[in-house]
Amino acid sequence: MPSFDILLAGIVNGLAAGAVYVLVAVGLTLIYGVLHIVNFAHGSLLMLAMYATYFLFAKAGVDPYAALPVVAGGAFALGYVLYRGVVGRFAHGKDENILLITLGLSIVIDNLALFLFTGDTQTIDVAHAQRMVEFGPLFLPRAKVIAFAAALAICAALGLWMARSDTGKAIRAVAKERQGARLVGIDVDHVFAVSYGIGIACLGAAACLLMPSFYVSPSSGHAFVLIAFTTVVLGGMGSFPGALAGGFAIGVIESLGGLLLGEQLGQIGISLAFILVLLLRPTGLFGARR
Amino acid sequence: MSARARLLLALGAVAALALPLVLPSNYAVNVAVMILFSAFLGQAWNIAGGFAGQTSFGHVVFFGTGAYASTILHATWGWNPWLAWPMAALAGGAVGLGIGALAFRAGLRGSYFALVTLAFAEVFRILANSAEFTRGGLGILIKADARAANFQFRDPAWFYYVALALVAASLAIAWWLRRSRFGAQLAAIRENEDAARALGIDVLRAKTLCMGISGAMAGAGGTFYAQKYLYIDPTIAFGVEKSVEMLLVSMIGGAGTVFGPLVGAVALGFVGEATRALTSAQGLGLVVYGIILVAIVARLPDGLIGLFARRAARRGGRDA
Repeated sequence: MPSFDILLAGIVNGLAAGAVYVLVAVGLTLIYGVLHIVNFAHGSLLMLAMYATYFLFAKAGVDPYAALPVVAGGAFALGYVLYRGVVGRFAHGKDENILLITLGLSIVIDNLALFLFTGDTQTIDVAHAQRMVEFGPLFLPRAKVIAFAAALAICAALGLWMARSDTGKAIRAVAKERQGARLVGIDVDHVFAVSYGIGIACLGAAACLLMPSFYVSPSSGHAFVLIAFTTVVLGGMGSFPGALAGGFAIGVIESLGGLLLGEQLGQIGISLAFILVLLLRPTGLFGARR
Repeated sequence: MSARARLLLALGAVAALALPLVLPSNYAVNVAVMILFSAFLGQAWNIAGGFAGQTSFGHVVFFGTGAYASTILHATWGWNPWLAWPMAALAGGAVGLGIGALAFRAGLRGSYFALVTLAFAEVFRILANSAEFTRGGLGILIKADARAANFQFRDPAWFYYVALALVAASLAIAWWLRRSRFGAQLAAIRENEDAARALGIDVLRAKTLCMGISGAMAGAGGTFYAQKYLYIDPTIAFGVEKSVEMLLVSMIGGAGTVFGPLVGAVALGFVGEATRALTSAQGLGLVVYGIILVAIVARLPDGLIGLFARRAARRGGRDA
């Protein structure tokens, strides 16, 4: 058993990683809650946004934190167009069909990335993000501290916007009752596309927060898609507080799994958590309906 | 079966038997072997994903279980691979029954079932990566000793005939499912599970059994793969690529049809060879597959085979 300090460091590291998972999961849960789309392309789109962040830094020297609004905005536009052009047009009827459409999308994106960027792993070296910050007995890289704070701030802003703005109200109305929303004059298809766009914009923001302390390769998407689904299922599909709790829980499970079981076997925690939640409590910790 | 369909089937069988004699190179024979093998694995997926409508994203778990079962029996315990082969099918079938029973008992359907199978495959991959008896990430090498008694052949044509026999057997199983009472139960479950239950079908039992059959087939495929390449590791055996390939072959050819996986495997084999001839960079072939998958789900729910069936129906033919 590792010492208390190491365990504490593991937990804090897990919480820091978890904050970014929260952001990824908020996008996924929003898309599910509003559109009832299980977006299997979520990981692949995150991978794409990570490449965008990487190229902005490597080719144009743009600091990933400064790039955040740009990448998030670009991701929103991509999501909006993808919904209008592909997902929304074809993904009708049975829910397996929607899953298969987004699987097809992820196959295309993953392999297009492999074709264009090769399979090499890419990292960026942001000097100011590597510096260590001291918290009592703990030292954390600045990149993780920033990611933690920024991810939570973005989630809070999104929650506030959903509660207060007209578009946010329209999204919630459509999620609750599509026919009724249409009757009171809401452009439902536009709201769907906006929701999908916001879900993908969350990935753009997450990519900028991840890249300074992480790496990207065309298979990154696959690594993240299971994490994202585990987070969302753990918290309950469609639930925002669920995504928040789920993200932190998964971050800590992953970090402690690696610490206690070793790097190889430690990865098993996330998949096992996913299976157990689905088998024992498929509505998740916060979900009421399914 | 109409006389016309019988004639087509006989002609197809003769052509398939004669094919290795006319193929120009060992490379071409190997491509044919992989197409047939992919058709066989696609049929295994099709039994659960097509006939019973239980879309799985992690079918590789049965393939990998079979591959490891026979390879460990052969390479570590010294079993003859032909004897280890049925054990691989048993192991794959047992895992199929186990995962099926767990997932269906918990009431998982649709996307949830697909995702949980993906997670099971991931658990198996990580376990194989860490366990002692699978030799972890190093994988297991099978000693090369090219004798037919050893399930190793110098001439790839023999692998071709083994693969052909597998495909023939899988077509027979699919044909039986099409005709039998059990197959009709699966079709009822696929179309409307609640209605099927109301009709008195034991839904849980039928779905679980179907996963067992499908898992046994994929497990048998694992042995074939291991003997062909004489090597397996956790990524080959439990990686997501094979799961996706099985699904693609079946969906693109026509899920829930007898010949769909074969048609899909041939189509994808040609796309794969064409893109390989165009570029040495990886990925382009799968980009095309992904686009085809989206197009099929959106516009052709019966897959490529639906195109033929539609034309046959227009001509007034039946039983396509």
